Amino acid sequence: MKDKIIKIIARYHHDRHRLMDILIDIHDLQGYVGDTAIEVLAEQLNMSEVEINETLTFYHFFSKTPRGKYNIFLNNSITACMRGREKVKETLEEECGTEFGSVSPDGLFGLYSTSCMGMNDQGPSAIINDKVFTNLTPYRVKKLIADLKSGKTLDEAIYESVGDGNNSDPDVRSMVFNNIRKRMILLDKNYEKFEVVRNLLLQHSPDEIIGIVEDSNLRGRGGAGFPTGLKWRFGRRVEADHRVIICNADEGEPGTFKDRVLLTEFPDLVFEGMILAAYATGADIGLIYLRYEYRYLYKYLNRILEEMRKENLLGEGIAGIKQFNFDIRIQLGAGAYVCGEESALIESLEGKRGEPRDKPPFPVQKGYLGYPTIVNNVETLAAAVRIIKNGADWFKGFGTKDSLGTKLLSVSGDCKYPGIYEVEWGTSIREVMEMSGADDVQAIQVGGPSGVMISVKDIDNLGTTDLMKWYKPSGMMVAQKTFDRKLSYSDLPTGGSIIIFNNQRNLLNEVVTNFMDFFIEESCGSCSTCRNIPYLMKKKLEKIISGHGVRKDIDDLLSWGKIIKISRCGLGQTAANPVVSSILNFRHLYEQHVKAMADFDNVFDMEKSVEPANNYVGRKANIHHA
Amino acid sequence: MSTTLRFKIDGKEIIAEPGQTIVEAARANGVYIPTLCNFEGLPPKGCCRMCTVKLNKRYMTACTTPVADGMEVESNTPEINDFRKGIVELLFVSGNHFCPACEKSGNCELQALAYRFRMLVPRFPYLFPQKGIDASSPKLIKEQNRCIMCKRCIKAIKDEEGRSYFAYQNRGNKLEVILDEKLGKEISDALARKAMDTCPVGSIIYKELGYYQPIGKRKYDKKPIGSDIEIQQ
Repeated sequence: MKDKIIKIIARYHHDRHRLMDILIDIHDLQGYVGDTAIEVLAEQLNMSEVEINETLTFYHFFSKTPRGKYNIFLNNSITACMRGREKVKETLEEECGTEFGSVSPDGLFGLYSTSCMGMNDQGPSAIINDKVFTNLTPYRVKKLIADLKSGKTLDEAIYESVGDGNNSDPDVRSMVFNNIRKRMILLDKNYEKFEVVRNLLLQHSPDEIIGIVEDSNLRGRGGAGFPTGLKWRFGRRVEADHRVIICNADEGEPGTFKDRVLLTEFPDLVFEGMILAAYATGADIGLIYLRYEYRYLYKYLNRILEEMRKENLLGEGIAGIKQFNFDIRIQLGAGAYVCGEESALIESLEGKRGEPRDKPPFPVQKGYLGYPTIVNNVETLAAAVRIIKNGADWFKGFGTKDSLGTKLLSVSGDCKYPGIYEVEWGTSIREVMEMSGADDVQAIQVGGPSGVMISVKDIDNLGTTDLMKWYKPSGMMVAQKTFDRKLSYSDLPTGGSIIIFNNQRNLLNEVVTNFMDFFIEESCGSCSTCRNIPYLMKKKLEKIISGHGVRKDIDDLLSWGKIIKISRCGLGQTAANPVVSSILNFRHLYEQHVKAMADFDNVFDMEKSVEPANNYVGRKANIHHA
Repeated sequence: MSTTLRFKIDGKEIIAEPGQTIVEAARANGVYIPTLCNFEGLPPKGCCRMCTVKLNKRYMTACTTPVADGMEVESNTPEINDFRKGIVELLFVSGNHFCPACEKSGNCELQALAYRFRMLVPRFPYLFPQKGIDASSPKLIKEQNRCIMCKRCIKAIKDEEGRSYFAYQNRGNKLEVILDEKLGKEISDALARKAMDTCPVGSIIYKELGYYQPIGKRKYDKKPIGSDIEIQQ
């Protein structure tokens, strides 16, 4: 085993920046990365063992102890819970003969939970040894586990139902469905692959390309809305030996799954966008950070890259343009939401724990391995290709004044038709409800509150403090009164996650609690604020839900929510949003729970505390209340 | 070209050199911005958020933000100071800090900041987490109950080949700083002492010599933290 590990390390040239790949390969080899492997790694990479351990223990798909032959990661996002996750979980425990967080005695099954895995439209879902199983029900789970016990392979279990479109590609073969409900300019099937790179690049200088993108006013589609052309221009003007284009395919915002569909149906469009960005910025290194949950697309995407290399779309002198050298490598993540934050993503790409960096310097100034790095969302890159093909004026024909073009929405929750909707910016929440067949709606979670408008006319006057306005927003819960608000950067910005809750849902017990668990689980822990406040808020929320809350508890939650705003990254700054926005829009739900007259409650319940003793002695204690 | 630049902290003019951080420039001008994870000579990493200031309506960590000509920084305001006090409280409730029984008392920066911000009862409930003590190294004790995850030891204590003795483990509220078992067994006397001195709290304790500085004669026993920097008005 030791020799095999040494071989893996040699395959990556003893480069500690490739630690993620090395750990993934060791995992594939023996199912875990134990003490022996850590020792070998430390020796070979000339690092201390705790340094290896630091990266290893950060990502939740890595394990230091042996797991099962089949490791089942059951998704715990809110829509999965709404669609019967609890029953599925119980059935899994029963059938596998073990509890969540452990391996069955026969070593066959390991059961674990995992945060939103981009399958909200077909949950509850699970990842079993890198393969995705969707729409799980107790019945389906029983059958699946019986099949696996009887010796069927995972592939055989999947082949009974394969998804639509490229999900049936021989290199994908997954049971995932695209659920594309509405197509406009981005998801237009009328796409001639690599036409822009082959024919249009030669006609435009890099500056002209950036000019067109700037003119189109395309803004980052991940949620923060930073102007794409400006980002490219910024990256281009920094002097450096190398420049880097990163495609951020780590969509982890609960409820979003648009990048999954884009990468399944339009991978060429996304890669073409990367080539375009590389040409415009003068980048020679291309990386796509693919979240581990989408590993089932890895082989397929690599095949397309290989085909592109054969056609001179990657490599040297791309499309006959002299000195235009660029290639793309896919980097897998290993389970950490915070890696969607661009500087955390870069840390992860460098083989470290995904801890966001202090800014400035920004990635466009100093990113991957110190080179200027442009990180773009999957959807942004795809949109850029459409813009160069059809022109900025064409693009400006869609959307509103400050938000041009279209947006992919990932709609899930209580609606008849969950899936991907491509809508023009300016579409109202109510229209989205109508499209997706949602009625009796109580609340809607719109991924991404108040992004900040940036109006920058002259790039040379742009200081780093202007760049600070750019942050990753996350999560806002809207109520009835706001359903006529429009999705746009100036009104209701969004990365595209729309989760609908009907009137039967218990917002506090089910939804807000679930979201807070998510932030507690996914914090990197570096900032004192984000490491502790979500946990403290959850405790306070539980106090309120259990009927022990007083009015001051609600005010405390709001004021604690302010402190967390001084955290380093978007995750931390917005980690209190589920609580804060639900208090602002649904305060009555909190007030129902709190004691109207009491000023103080220490959560101590004498009756409850002596209950075990009562049960033991078989009589009731006589408690004298003060 | 001029080599100095000017900016303001709470209205007071600060003269600074390009490349300095706000914390460094403030210190050189007699203005104290509280810090905790920052340590002279080590690259800053805004972990504790203690030095948070307001700049162009945004919260920034002063230890990582470079100075710029004409910037207006808000630091000593009720809003910011309440955040800072909140951070001290967070660190108290999320660990187990019993000052009277701690060897670092009087030299502890967390304790000193709690006094400076007049912390009485924290606004958050105490969590009393279950944490352990690692005494496997012959020279050091790593007391997890007192660790505030400031990263100072991770950055400062390295061997000749640049390998860290300390590193993070896990993430979120399960985060901890651990000592490398092998390296910890062979740590030199000088480095072990340096580790204790680098730690702002009593989480890294040097084994062989206890209380070498008597209580009452320690750094913050008579003068509050920051008073060596502040110019008395």
